[in-house]
Amino acid sequence: MSRVWVWAEVGPDGPSPAALELLTKARDLGDEVAAVALGPGATAAAAELGAHGASTVFAGDDEPFRDVLARPAAIALHGLIAEHVPDLLLFPSTYDARDVAGRVQAMTGSALMAGAVDVPAIDRARTQIAGGSLFVDVALEGPAPHLVLVRPKSFTAEPADGAVDVRTVEIAAPAEVPAARRVERHREAAAGPKLEEAKVVISGGRGLQDPANFRLLDELAAAIGDAAVGASRAVVDAGWIPYSHQVGQTGKTVKPEVYLAVGISGALQHVVGMKGAKRVVAINKDPDAPIFRLADLGIVGDALTVLPALIAEVRARTGS
Amino acid sequence: MDISVLVKSIPDPGGDTVLGDDFLVRRAGDGTLDPGDEFAVEAALQLAEASDGEVIVITMGPEGAAAAVRRALSMGAHRAVVVTDDALRGADALATARVLAAALRHGPFDLVLAGVESTDGYTGTVPMTVAELLDLPSATFAKRLEIVDGVARIQRQTEDGYDVVECPLPAVVTLTAGATEPRYPTLKGIMGAKQKPLETLGLSDLGLTAADVAPTQRVVGVEPAPEKAAGQVVPADDTSAARIADLLADAKVL
Ligand SMILES: Cc1cc2nc3c(=O)[nH]c(=O)nc-3n(C[C@H](O)[C@H](O)[C@H](O)COP(=O)(O)OP(=O)(O)OC[C@H]3O[C@@H](n4cnc5c(N)ncnc54)[C@H](O)[C@@H]3O)c2cc1C
Ligand SMILES: Nc1ncnc2c1ncn2[C@@H]1O[C@H](COP(=O)(O)O)[C@@H](O)[C@H]1O
Repeated sequence: MSRVWVWAEVGPDGPSPAALELLTKARDLGDEVAAVALGPGATAAAAELGAHGASTVFAGDDEPFRDVLARPAAIALHGLIAEHVPDLLLFPSTYDARDVAGRVQAMTGSALMAGAVDVPAIDRARTQIAGGSLFVDVALEGPAPHLVLVRPKSFTAEPADGAVDVRTVEIAAPAEVPAARRVERHREAAAGPKLEEAKVVISGGRGLQDPANFRLLDELAAAIGDAAVGASRAVVDAGWIPYSHQVGQTGKTVKPEVYLAVGISGALQHVVGMKGAKRVVAINKDPDAPIFRLADLGIVGDALTVLPALIAEVRARTGS
Repeated sequence: MDISVLVKSIPDPGGDTVLGDDFLVRRAGDGTLDPGDEFAVEAALQLAEASDGEVIVITMGPEGAAAAVRRALSMGAHRAVVVTDDALRGADALATARVLAAALRHGPFDLVLAGVESTDGYTGTVPMTVAELLDLPSATFAKRLEIVDGVARIQRQTEDGYDVVECPLPAVVTLTAGATEPRYPTLKGIMGAKQKPLETLGLSDLGLTAADVAPTQRVVGVEPAPEKAAGQVVPADDTSAARIADLLADAKVL
């Protein structure tokens, strides 16, 4: 009998896509699949978690689960682990989940594997190194549960049949546990389709030379329609474009129909965020840039010359 | 305000690599300070300078790791602790966190800073495990950190913007790349670093045994990922725009 649990993040729109992806995988691995959802909206999300394979949802709606960083969630999760002893606990690779997993590891002394791209068995995780060119399989040992942080979009979410039993989780953290608290939230206004959902992602890097040239990517995205603008970390760190556009290991993972990399060298930390794209187009003036190894079509030349011509061409074809 | 900074030594990117039988990557030469940790060192120096405090840098790694803390000392850190022990070869995230927590218990601090994720390991969980082992509050992904009335006020990166987070001290805070502008060591700094205290500790100095750092995970296989068929790479010319547009049309996105 194996028990596989999924750490399910919930927001105002229900469970995160990652929760449903992980539940789909958990069904392959465990005889008994449960989801743990802590934060406002958890109970409301239980039905959808159940519809993706959770036969039990441990749900806690208390606000501190959302507003106080990591500690209340880790304490409550650890309480559930101690009571039910799951074999494997799958987490999404978000900031909050990382924090909870790290804290839980200290409490349980379990193995923790981050950056997993597959989970072949309840005691195995697979990751990728060297720019995605090598798979590394890791055996997870030590006390249960094994903790695995899975990269986004490693699995495809599919619905399942079955009834769900919802169990309410009360906040267990004593009020005096010192913890960090969110006091303000700032969201960037976003126009157009979301980076993770757009059919086309057009990403710019340092090769664009100047922040003002990102305007060309916006114009191209607008001309294509279902397209979003991404970026390398080099230009995010340089302040050319907000972090929410970053694609890669520390940014978003995208799997569009077409990924267009403009003036991006193709560092492995960038590549892990986009190599799931169906087709890759790269524009780079260096014929040896590693990004060309992934490209279905590579154009060796100056992005600032190719882009305006491409915008004109797309506009001509779409009549936009 | 006294600040301890967790810094990792990573293999010198210029060194030759060898993949051992145990699948651990070994590289010739000394380590270098993980560039991702320089942001935390810089933040610590600024906070200590403003409050007459001390910055202690702590690393766990092979003997060559001393080179990494020496760089932090030459940036201005006051003291360094290097934990090195044969039993720590191949240490996993849990063992690393236990060692770092034990080293932190060694000295008083008001704040612990670390990087968000290491360049070569990128587990990104070590600082949180340390925080839990020390029973401390924490905040990760700080892109800005100030101390206001004895409380850490942090802008924490989120997927779509940032949150303002308040955290009581002492605490563990991780800093993102770009949170600060790390200074370059000056010649005076480099010379001065040689005189600064650098303590080398083994496991037993920290009251730990080999059992405390026994790995919970083991690499059991490495295999090449399927390679993508080579595409067409062509010089830019008058047909480039049309070629790309053809591909977009072929993918049914135009
Ligand atoms: C722990 C860690 C996490 C990281 N996470 C991420 C991440 O999430 N995402 C990410 O992107 N990076 C990440 N990085 C950084 C990554 O290693 C690279 O430094 C970064 O991706 C490089 O960005 P770039 O390609 O824009 O810049 P560069 O590497 O400088 O490449 C610029 C490219 O532009 C080309 N170019 C120059 N001029 C032109 C021109 N006129 N026309 C066309 N091409 C031109 C050059 O030939 C070059 O290939 C991470 C690094 C670390 C250590
Ligand atoms: N061996 C180590 N010695 C000192 N600090 C470390 C070590 N490993 C990780 N850290 C700290 O933890 C952060 C995150 O590392 P990681 O969890 O390995 O991605 C790093 O940026 C360092 O600040």
